[in-house]
Amino acid sequence: MIARPFPKRLASALVPAVPYLWLILLFLVPFLIVLKISLSDPAVAQPPYKPVFDWNDVLGFLSQLDLENFETLVGDDLYLRATLSSVRIAAISTALLLLVGFPIAYAMARAPARHRPLLVALVILPFWTSFLIRIYAWVAILKPEGFLTQALMALGIISEPLSILNTETAVYIGIVYAYLPFMVLPLYATLEKMDDTLIEAALDLGCPPWRAFWAITVPLAMPGVVAGSLLCFIPAVGEFVIPDLLGGSETLMIGRQLWSEFFSNRDWPLASAVAILLLIILVVPIVIYRDVEARRLETRP
Amino acid sequence: MNRRLSLFNVTSLVLGFAFLYLPILLLVVFSFNASRLVTVWGGFSTQWYVALFRNEPLMEAAWVTLRIAFLSAILATVLGTLAALALTRYGRFPGRTLFTGMVYAPMVMPEVITGLSLLLFFVAIGLDRGFWTITLAHTTLTMCFVTVVVQARLMTFDRSLEEAAMDLGAPPLRTFFSVTLPLIAPSIVAGFLLAFTLSMDDLVIASFNAGPGATTLPIKIYSQVRLGLSPEVNAASAILIGIVAVGVATATLLSKRSALRTQRNAH
Repeated sequence: MIARPFPKRLASALVPAVPYLWLILLFLVPFLIVLKISLSDPAVAQPPYKPVFDWNDVLGFLSQLDLENFETLVGDDLYLRATLSSVRIAAISTALLLLVGFPIAYAMARAPARHRPLLVALVILPFWTSFLIRIYAWVAILKPEGFLTQALMALGIISEPLSILNTETAVYIGIVYAYLPFMVLPLYATLEKMDDTLIEAALDLGCPPWRAFWAITVPLAMPGVVAGSLLCFIPAVGEFVIPDLLGGSETLMIGRQLWSEFFSNRDWPLASAVAILLLIILVVPIVIYRDVEARRLETRP
Repeated sequence: MNRRLSLFNVTSLVLGFAFLYLPILLLVVFSFNASRLVTVWGGFSTQWYVALFRNEPLMEAAWVTLRIAFLSAILATVLGTLAALALTRYGRFPGRTLFTGMVYAPMVMPEVITGLSLLLFFVAIGLDRGFWTITLAHTTLTMCFVTVVVQARLMTFDRSLEEAAMDLGAPPLRTFFSVTLPLIAPSIVAGFLLAFTLSMDDLVIASFNAGPGATTLPIKIYSQVRLGLSPEVNAASAILIGIVAVGVATATLLSKRSALRTQRNAH
């Protein structure tokens, strides 16, 4: 390549540099601040934590850092229970999403090619409408005198009002509903590319349909299953809106805990420690997700 | 795959789409309910829409939300497009791994973490919470989505067009503006719309970064929903759903037209 004059090289270097610097400043640095504040003590002040960092006194800074907030997290079994229950709720929701999403994605992939863009658009469309509003819609459906009770009573299936709202079941319904496009689209993307002749060959050779499905369709759909599951599991662990609006007071989730430490108890250092805890739980799935996504985008024809 | 759908396939599609659309449909229908009881039909009425437009704090919040969404979507589109170009056209530049990590992480990161960390950052640099902090926070989140949308397009299009322009002596900047940009324009528009909707929709990050001077519509809706169902919220939701429906329809038509034009040019 011919060496370009300096101003042009500079202009060309700006393309990666500008977004890079932006992300360092507004994504990476804020993280380091969270880490720092999670190691400091709360104070009744504005902002409500003791500043621990002092450029003139690095040694003093290092000696003041303590793990007190993390000791609180370990000592109080509320946080352990919230962590376990978040992971459990997210895992069960992800399994439910696979169960609900796979048949839909499979049917979309088998539909005539000319109908597929419309089907994809129909799956994406709800995602464009407000998340908050879609969860709000379920409050009216699930509350004791809500639409679900009315419908089931009219059909004579139940005689007593159902009380699903403010239970963990409502949280599962909410997560499955809100995250369904994130599961269906990656599944559809892999299923659509699948070579149908493989199944035909298996069936011709006398393989029963269910075995052909397990031995061919499922393994080939695996990249979609992994991408979809991570795309649902990771944000679900830290979910706040769904457990807050649909779950009951006993539905413990770590995102909700962080919110209340911050907004109700105004304990910013403890909230930061909860954020770090949440991040530690999610760092492995996030790294796997990044690799899966980067590989998917970079190996595309 | 082009075989006929089995009964099971059809059932999955019908039930799936019913599950996705019924709640939204109920919400819109009951925004025209005359009764104050949100789940009991009391006749047709548009009174909640009238009440909504008379509700000044809510209108004020809606205006703030639109301004933030517009501004942050523009910033995110520029930054996201640059990031997509960096990821597809710059090969292995130093720190690329960190860069891809920072692009993909915010998309799956729980919003409570993003919201809290940005707030602590703004407090640390002494920026007052309000309009600008929400705008900057939303730009950071949504630029990553723009990057992925534009990157996907840059990956698939025919590089030989760019090479031809360069071979004919067009400087890189000129090649970008007269060859690359028109080709990736639909994905840039899609990225902008995505950024705009995500910003308009966001509750968690906005709550952390909102100040006394700037409250957004989702924050208002959330605080009303916590007090119970309200027909006014139904009306506000129906309007938002309407805006989105019109926006998506427009975007679909635009991309259809540009796809048709590309096809015609190819023949």
